[in-house]
This record gives sequence, structure tokens and C-alpha cells, in this order.
Amino acid sequence: MFNYTIRRLIFTIPTLLFISFVIFFILDTAPNDPTGNLPLTIPPEVREKIRISLGLDAPMYVRYLLWCQQFFINEPLNIIEQWFNITIGDGERLRVQSWATRSPVVDLVVERLPQTLWVVGMSYVVGVLIAIPIGVISAYKQYSWFDQIGTFISMLGFSVPTFFTGLLMIVIFSVHLHWFPSIYDTTHKVTDWSSLLFQIIQMIMPVMVLAFYNAAQLSRFMRASMLDNLSQDYVRTARAKGLKEKTVVLVHVLRNSLIPVVTVIALGVPQVFGGAIITEQIFKVNGLGQLLIIGIQGADIPLVQTLTFIFALLIVLFNLIADIAYGLLDPRIRYE
Amino acid sequence: MSDATIDQANNRSLWSDVWAQYKTHRGALVGSGVFLAILLAVFIGPYIYDVDPQYLNIREKNQGPSLAHLMGTDQLGRDMLAQVLHGGRVSLAVGIVAMALSLVVGTVVGVLAGYFKRLDGPLMRLTDLFLALPLLPLLLVIIMLFRDTLRAAFGPENGIFILIVFIIGITSWMQTARIVRGDVLALKEREFVLAAKSIGTPSRRVISRHVLPNVLSPIMVSATLGVANAIITESALSFLGLGFPSDFPTWGRLLFDGANYMTLTPARVVWPGLAISLTVLSVNFIGDGLRDALDPRIRGR
Repeated sequence: MFNYTIRRLIFTIPTLLFISFVIFFILDTAPNDPTGNLPLTIPPEVREKIRISLGLDAPMYVRYLLWCQQFFINEPLNIIEQWFNITIGDGERLRVQSWATRSPVVDLVVERLPQTLWVVGMSYVVGVLIAIPIGVISAYKQYSWFDQIGTFISMLGFSVPTFFTGLLMIVIFSVHLHWFPSIYDTTHKVTDWSSLLFQIIQMIMPVMVLAFYNAAQLSRFMRASMLDNLSQDYVRTARAKGLKEKTVVLVHVLRNSLIPVVTVIALGVPQVFGGAIITEQIFKVNGLGQLLIIGIQGADIPLVQTLTFIFALLIVLFNLIADIAYGLLDPRIRYE
Repeated sequence: MSDATIDQANNRSLWSDVWAQYKTHRGALVGSGVFLAILLAVFIGPYIYDVDPQYLNIREKNQGPSLAHLMGTDQLGRDMLAQVLHGGRVSLAVGIVAMALSLVVGTVVGVLAGYFKRLDGPLMRLTDLFLALPLLPLLLVIIMLFRDTLRAAFGPENGIFILIVFIIGITSWMQTARIVRGDVLALKEREFVLAAKSIGTPSRRVISRHVLPNVLSPIMVSATLGVANAIITESALSFLGLGFPSDFPTWGRLLFDGANYMTLTPARVVWPGLAISLTVLSVNFIGDGLRDALDPRIRGR
């Protein structure tokens, strides 16, 4: 297991380098110009000198390596300095600057992260909490009406895109019933009970939209995994030795069926960040997804580059976690 | 008379068996019906309901559903039903073409990786790397960067169509490749393939005569899932404002444009959204039915 973890960790390095190169390459071959925002009165030869002073005349691999150094060494050091209030070395390092806001990209990301984590994280937790009981019951009562309806609803859940369920919920609950606000107020601070209540009310719609989508997929996995386990010999043994049905299903079967589901849950986390781009856009949550959209609309290359790579990092990280968790949770799996 | 019936019973082909199984899946039948209805409505509908979707009638702007405009009108007085029908053409065309592209890439990669041992490692590592790419952000970035270039080269409509189909196609082939590779690996060891090899059949022909027909069923299933996926991705891109332009709308774009007028005319959101959802739902049910029908372990039970 340890060897496997090490091997897996080593393989993530070329993966990350490949992805960062793809992102760098795509952004580099595209027509864009960092001096495009400068006044048009600057003569072309001066503009050319500005480009040279920015290092844009260097070959692409040099710029790529410099970017790697910036992203993998300088920025993490900057973050550590900020967090612990210490100075490493002379403390004079470059920052990746956003072209649109002229502030360090990392600061923007840190600013936006809590909103995304709150809404997206909560929706994932709610989704898992809905999905597991539904999966268990529909597997235990296979082909019952509950199972049939559950199958249909989960089919609905991953066929209906979140941008439609979101808008539909706004039309019904905000426009007609006036129950929930359609815009998520990110400046709202929780100080007492009434403000906490408001926070909950404004989170309900975005969280439910994402939770519905996640639960639809997870409940299918849960059901399939339960069905696999319910027909196993150890279940018959457990019943034969007179264990209560509740113990058999909820302790023996459920624990074993959760193993593959846990890995699926881990694999889904980065996709949730991806899907959150759309949900954040609908409910105007100013999280990471919205930051990306703003960056794309404003052609803010450094911001877009960093965010895309952060999403990639999350995918690779959670793939790793899923693989290792699978090995740890299931003693039958040995990767040697 | 009785001989004829026996003959017919003996002449059961694979596809009649598949059809017999497919018929028993109620969801799949309803799904096929709905999908056919949508296809007919979208491709033949505009000839019957021949209202110009781009005809501006500012006096009748922002109307709710009425007899003159069954789905109401938008902020420029354009008829919504005509727009939904025309938008569906583009949405479905994107879905089908992108699916075809991803299927070709996925099948080629899967067959090569499964059949030729030397290619297996590199191609599967490539697949893993593609799976680790953050697709939606990357799609958005690519569209932002290359939209103008392609529009200049192929015209505003064709340029964006080529771009969207191409990027959806080359970012969604990985699942197909993995499934096909797994099936090819198992097939390669089967006796009929060994027999074909032993009489000196070249690899090219073993693949086209013996391997490909046998991996057809997983390919067909992933084709249906691919259409659904491509339609959703295209609508998501259009919904984020990075897909087709407003004067050449798809369902996603109509939804995006309608979202700003949601309080005034909710019908503008409901109809395109319903069209996307129904299409994807029916395609998913078709895929479900096909998977059962093409699986010989389930068929005939």
C-alpha cells in the first residue's frame, strides 16, 4: 500500500506538468497581447521594447519554465508568508498579477474561496445525505414503487441541466411565491439568529439545485453497490445466524457497499467545483466559478490560467485521494 | 403455412432479438417516441410553422403565450416557438456531430490500445491525462480565445459551430475509449480471432471484420450518452454566454437570453429548458433500453 501510494504520488507530477503545459500552450498560442491595455499613443517600437522588457520575446519553453517556477515555488511561499506573518528569504518575490484588477491573483482566489466552499460544499453534503438512504431503500426493495420512482427521479436529475432547474426554481419560488431571494447576497454577515436565518434562506435554492444533481448520480451508485452486496454469501450467513434484519442491512451490507461509493464521492468533488460555475452564475454567488467567468469575459489571462490550473489540481488531488482511500478501506484491494 | 412459421422462427436475427428485448423496456419506448417527435418537430416543424424566427415586431414585444404566438414573444417581438424550433436544429446538430466525432476518436484509441500491446500504455496514459483536465473551464477558455479567429475564417455561424463541435468532440472521447479497450482486450483472446490470425489475416482486416462488429454494442450505448452529454455541454456554454450568438440561437442561448426577462415572461425560460431536458431525458432512456437490449446476458430472460 505504501509503495503504491508513493508510485501514485510520483505519477501525479508528470500529470500536473502535462496539464499545466496544455493550459499554458492553449493560452500562449491564442491571439492576445499583454500590452493591449496600454494607451494607443505609444509608438510601436516602444511597445516592442515594453514587450521585450516583459520577457515576451523569450522562447515558449523558457516562459513556461518561468511560469512553473512562479506558480509552484514563489506563490506557495507568498501564501505561507501571509499566513504565518514571517519572511522567507528577502521576501521580494513576483506575484501573478491579474490584468483587470491589478491585484495578485492568489489574493482574489483566497477572497472568493469561502463563498464557493460554503455553497458547493454544503450542496455536496446535502446531496450525499439524500442519496445514501434513497440508494439503500431502492436496492433493498428492488423493483418496488419506491425504486421505480427513485429511478425515474434520478434519471430526471442527471438529464435536466442545473441551469434549467435553477431558473425554474427562481421562477417558482422567487418570482411567484416570493419565498427565497433569487440573488445570493455575499456581503451578508451572520451575527445573530435572524441573520443566520436569512443566510439559510438565501442558501436553500443554490444548495438544493446542486444537491439534486449530485444526489441523482450518487443514489444510482449506492443502489448498484447495495445490490451487488445483498446477494453475497456473507449476507446469507449473517441472516442464518439470526441477526436482526436491521443489523444485516445497515451494518453488514451498508458498510461494505459504502466502499466504492466513498471513492465515487471523492471523485465527484472536483466536478462539483466545475458544475458550480453554472450555479454560481445563476444565483450570482461571487465564488470561484464567477471569478473565472469574469476573467474569461475580460480576457484576463493570468487569472484564467491560475483558476483553470487550480481546478486541474483539484481533479488530480481527489483522484489520488479516491485511489488511496479505496485501498485503505477495502482490505481485498492490494495494489502490489 | 406451418413450415413458413417455423422458418420465420428459425430466421431470428440478432437485431430482431435486440428489438424484441428493447420493446419490453417501457421507458426506452416512450423515450424513442419523444425523441422522434422532437426530431420531427425540429426538422420538419419549421416548414409547417413557417414564421421567420428573426422577424422583429416591436409592437408585440414581451407577450405571454397567445393564439398568435403559442410560446409568446421576446423583447424584440420575435416569435418564441419559431425560435425554439430553429434553435433545436442547431442544438441537435451539435449534439449528433460532436457525438460522432468523439465516437470516432474514442473507438480508434480504444481499438488501437486494446489490440496493439505496444500502444496500450501510452494511449491509456493519454486517456488518463485527458480525464484529469478540467473540462468546462478549459472549454470556456478555448472558446474565448479562438472564437474570433474561427469566425473570421469560416463566417460567424459556421465558425462557432465548427469550434464547439470540435472541442466537445475531442474532450469527451475518453469513456468510449476505455470501454472499447476493455472489450477489445477480452475479444483478442477469443478463438475466432485466434483462428483468423492463424490463417494469416492482417491486423487491419481482423479489426474491421472480427473486432469492430463485436464492440458495436458498447459503442452504440456510448453514442446515446454522447449525444445527451454534447447537448448539455453546448447548452451550458451558450448559457454562460460563450456559445452561439443571439441571432443564431440554440436552446441554451435562448435560455440565457430569456433569463434576464424571467420575471416578465417566464415562458421564455420554460420552453427552451423543457426542450433541452426532454431531449436529454429521452436520449438517456433510449441508452438505458439499448444497454439492456444489447446485453446478451439480459436478453431473452
